[in-house]
Amino acid sequence: MTSSNQTRSPEQALLSVKDLAMMYGNRIGCQNISFDLRPGEVLGIVGESGSGKSTLLNCISAQLKPTFGSVSYHTRHDGEQNLFEDMSEPERRFLMRTDWAFVHQNPRDGLRMGVSAGANIGERLMAVGWRHYGNIRDTATDWLGKVEISTERLDDLPSTFSGGMQQRLQIARNLVTAPRLVFMDEPTGGLDVSVQAKLLDLLRGLVQNLGLSVVIVTHDLAVARLLSHRLMVMKSGHVVESGLTDQVLDDPQDPYTQLLVSSILQS
Amino acid sequence: MSQNTTASSYNYAYLDEQTKRMIRRALLKAVAIPGYQVPFAGREMPMPYGWGTGGVQVTATVIGPSDTLKVIDQGSDDTTNAVSIRQFFEKTADIDTTEKTKEATVIQTRHRIPEEALTEGQILVYQVPIPEPLRFLEPRETETRKMHALEEYGLMHVKLYEDISRHGHIATTYAYPVKVNGRYVMDPSPTPKFDNPKMDNCAALQLFGAGREKRIYAIPPYTKVQSLDFEDHPFEIQSWDQDCALCGSTDSFLDEVILDDKGNRMFVCSDSDYCQSRRDDSISPPVEHSLAQASQMQSVNSEASK
Amino acid sequence: MSKMINVENVAKHFTLHNQASMTIPVFEGISFFLNQGECVALTGESGSGKSTFMRMLYANYICNKGSIHIRHNDQLVDIVKADPHQILDVRKRTLGYVSQFLRVIPRVPTIEIVAEPLIALGQDKELAIAKAQDILARLRIPERLWSLSPLTFSGGEQQRVNIARGFIADYPILLLDEPTASLDALNRQTVLDLIEQAKDRGCAILGIFHDQEARDAVCSRTFDVTQFQSA
Repeated sequence: MTSSNQTRSPEQALLSVKDLAMMYGNRIGCQNISFDLRPGEVLGIVGESGSGKSTLLNCISAQLKPTFGSVSYHTRHDGEQNLFEDMSEPERRFLMRTDWAFVHQNPRDGLRMGVSAGANIGERLMAVGWRHYGNIRDTATDWLGKVEISTERLDDLPSTFSGGMQQRLQIARNLVTAPRLVFMDEPTGGLDVSVQAKLLDLLRGLVQNLGLSVVIVTHDLAVARLLSHRLMVMKSGHVVESGLTDQVLDDPQDPYTQLLVSSILQS
Repeated sequence: MSQNTTASSYNYAYLDEQTKRMIRRALLKAVAIPGYQVPFAGREMPMPYGWGTGGVQVTATVIGPSDTLKVIDQGSDDTTNAVSIRQFFEKTADIDTTEKTKEATVIQTRHRIPEEALTEGQILVYQVPIPEPLRFLEPRETETRKMHALEEYGLMHVKLYEDISRHGHIATTYAYPVKVNGRYVMDPSPTPKFDNPKMDNCAALQLFGAGREKRIYAIPPYTKVQSLDFEDHPFEIQSWDQDCALCGSTDSFLDEVILDDKGNRMFVCSDSDYCQSRRDDSISPPVEHSLAQASQMQSVNSEASK
Repeated sequence: MSKMINVENVAKHFTLHNQASMTIPVFEGISFFLNQGECVALTGESGSGKSTFMRMLYANYICNKGSIHIRHNDQLVDIVKADPHQILDVRKRTLGYVSQFLRVIPRVPTIEIVAEPLIALGQDKELAIAKAQDILARLRIPERLWSLSPLTFSGGEQQRVNIARGFIADYPILLLDEPTASLDALNRQTVLDLIEQAKDRGCAILGIFHDQEARDAVCSRTFDVTQFQSA
């Protein structure tokens, strides 16, 4: 069951997805996807591997051009813009390194492993024209603190960091330009449980304090419950159920969601 | 083997005319878009990659019988590489060669720009090993091309940032990135940053040839060439505590020459022509060293530092 | 007196798709209202669906039939039909819910968990923390525990953290699922005091109390869901 009420929202959506489909030849990546994301809202996308959630994330974050449908973003200066029709590639790329952020599951995909933590955080600043070394360094130091990494590690290479630290560094590197929309692909995957908890706490705090809008893809329902306001459950490229996070998890209506929820191990 | 028999076996300046035409087209495009890397179909040259195959192809393409060629390697006219390339064109292009910067119409160089200011009508041809300034931080060619196309050059400053954070200052001393004509960021090849200011608003045409990577780029005469830097860490060129031990120059690029096993050393101009002409002009050389010995050392050192 | 909650002809069943699509009926035809300033006890035998009904009021469970209007910002919102954003806003500003379970992010200090509803409403963080300290002290959570995650606490302590979180924001409506269960006499009295205070400021309260004494102390009427149980 898909909630049909979402599109009636009087409030302006930050990201608006309509009838989106991504086909790989005859194979469906994802299909019939429509939703709005509002400022400050966290949307979780859950589903098993191969359900199309990463394909969807890549489409709405402009890394993959969908076969059908539209993705619109409410830009700071030009109002609502269709990502693939109204905006040029340079404009999309500019958006990606300023107003948007993308946190990869594997920090190695999101970090430059060959340069220091400070340079990793400073890159987006330099990309938007910061040319004062001292200011860049101060801001990088500040952000290292915000993600709870000792500022003494500023000049160290990310390869000397633990997995959890690398993930936090990736988050700092992404958030330094004060983006409004953050895409996260399994941000806590691959981390051990105690590190996961710390990262969840950090993410929750940042999302709340900075008023971020987030689309988070995860197969971990506990992560989805703790971070997201709304949930979309995907199976075989389709959204089978969506709604309030606690509603979907506590009173699931779709057979697949029921299966998913009942499969969680109790600890 | 006489010079004539060798030369007659080849087309003028070694390359066939179609190849030269192809390279000239690339050169024209490069001149039209200063700093932009133009791909070209580089030919196999009778020398190994890394010895200036790119520069030689560019020189072969622009040179004519009325030209006078100077070839320098690390500033010196008499190192192996410089001598062999000079001889190559003497044999294949029937041209005059010179060691005097002033007299040359075409100068092929590896590493240095002559100390003496270049003039209108001169062409400076650079041998380039790695043309892509973004390469060390971004290995994907598709991505670096896109970054050039979209003028996304933040990454260049990441490299400089890293330098300062490691060394306290921008420690890049050669291949120091420049922005050409306010648009393309360009790698000045292994040229020391000491020479970067000479590229700016230069009266001569500057052509860059990368043989292995098959890229050509150019700086037309009187083009703005700006070295990248930070507001609080402005671009600076190297300076030395010593003057040139041979000619006494205070403002040229100096090579350190080890004199013996006891740790004795001296600093001399890397531009051998510049040094020599200053000594010729000067009545009393400022040094006690034997000039012959020092000159010899100069070339040995250039060879060794390759 | 204005109605804060108005329930009309509500029905609920669960369909277990993975168990041969078995349908479990819970109840049907429930109509109910809750006025400003009153405390009503939800009664019924075990398994009659008290908690389910309460969760439906909180929009945690989906309602299969009927309407549930909640007075929110002086308007009646049907949370059966409301979109998720509206429901979240109703929960943020109007509807407090103290469940039997504490669900929080590991490692977040108790003090922050309790202060969170106020901060979400845009209150100054220091003020919110100060208020959280007051209510935690009142509920006898030792100060040395405030900086720890409540996940390490005993059942009774977790229950009191839940209560502190529910009472801190002065919601116009409170849903309390067994607020006094597993509390000692002293703490139970504190909770009853909190309920009385909330009523005094006009809060409408619906509670499930197994403890007859507590129920009698704060509730003015009862509502039994057993009568609506599906056959």
